[in-house]
Amino acid sequence: MSEPQAETDWTALLGQVRDTQDRAAFALLFRHFAPRIKGFLMKSGASAALAEECAQDVMATVWQKAHLFDPARASVATWVFTIARNRRIDALRKSRRPEPEDLPWGPEAEPDQQDALEMAQETARLGAALAQLPEKQRALIERAYFGDLSHSEIAQETGLPLGTIKSRIRLALDRLRHHMS
Amino acid sequence: MTMNHHISEPMLMAYAAGTLPEAFNLVLATHLSLCDDCRAQLAACEAVGGALLQDAGSVAMDAGSFEACLARLARPTPAPRLAAKGLFPAPLRDYVGGDLSAVQWKPLGMGVRQAILTTDKLATARLLYIPAGHGVPDHGHRGIELTLVLQGAFSDSTSRFGPGDLEIANEDLDHTPVAEAGMDCICLAATDAPLRFSGLIPRLAQPFLRI
Ligand SMILES: [Zn+2]
Ligand SMILES: [Zn+2]
Repeated sequence: MSEPQAETDWTALLGQVRDTQDRAAFALLFRHFAPRIKGFLMKSGASAALAEECAQDVMATVWQKAHLFDPARASVATWVFTIARNRRIDALRKSRRPEPEDLPWGPEAEPDQQDALEMAQETARLGAALAQLPEKQRALIERAYFGDLSHSEIAQETGLPLGTIKSRIRLALDRLRHHMS
Repeated sequence: MTMNHHISEPMLMAYAAGTLPEAFNLVLATHLSLCDDCRAQLAACEAVGGALLQDAGSVAMDAGSFEACLARLARPTPAPRLAAKGLFPAPLRDYVGGDLSAVQWKPLGMGVRQAILTTDKLATARLLYIPAGHGVPDHGHRGIELTLVLQGAFSDSTSRFGPGDLEIANEDLDHTPVAEAGMDCICLAATDAPLRFSGLIPRLAQPFLRI
């Protein structure tokens, strides 16, 4: 079977996993993300065997935490990245990862479709902006995320184009806090 | 809660990338639990990670790996960790084993108390209790020091820090933090190198106090 196309709606597939434990939808997510997680972990210094095992584990977590995914606050790729990052800290550094408190869902069980759509567009824009960064800056950011850069080396502002996506996320958080109160 | 001192962008990016010592992560996760500005900025930094993952270059999974993944699904689903009433946000409560009343304080002298929290060895996390009006002895830093105020407030030559505020100090700063009058100050602090005390007494006591 061929690779799903770039515009595949990962959010919809993850919704099917969450709502009906749809294994076919999960298989599509697995085929796309598992090899990327494995590549990410190997770039971060994991052996092929460890990266394989962790990638399976990350995808199992994706299945189990599907109900906690909020498409108004993150893309599927971003959410998968956070799970893979935490697994990397666990496996490579043998260290715990303190996380902020979780924010619960508001009374509305489903996030607003429009919010989710705008978040997806914002994420695509950020990806395009990253692709256009000067090679040197992009290399620095990649090294930082693959764990090649110590925290003391990341001393100055990185010049990441985060402005509009940050405002989008802030709006989604405000809405969520409003529903909670 | 209104805060004036937040996590710097490089520090948030390093937290998003997952390259910081555990003790720093603990301080930042505690501030992030209180601050939606930094939470949004963090989510933006994580979106960069998501974009990098998308074109990280894939490495083929082994044969039978999907079936092996399905076999891992039997484990119980983790429950969300939500905010609870009390002084400490959830990540800090996880490390203390409870709220303020569960802290095992050790006296540092002059009414100042500390409790070291167990993290990996790359940096040290501690809770500090500074009685109102008292100070931490004058010191410099060999690395990075993060200080998050949980209760009360302190001031040094740079600014005033109230509840939720985070001070990021480095080699360039020498300071004498003094707790404000009126309320005892409780802070969560993390350092990745021992402090440099200028006074003789704290310098002698330093190895015993692990500060
Ligand atoms: Zn903040
Ligand atoms: Zn200091």
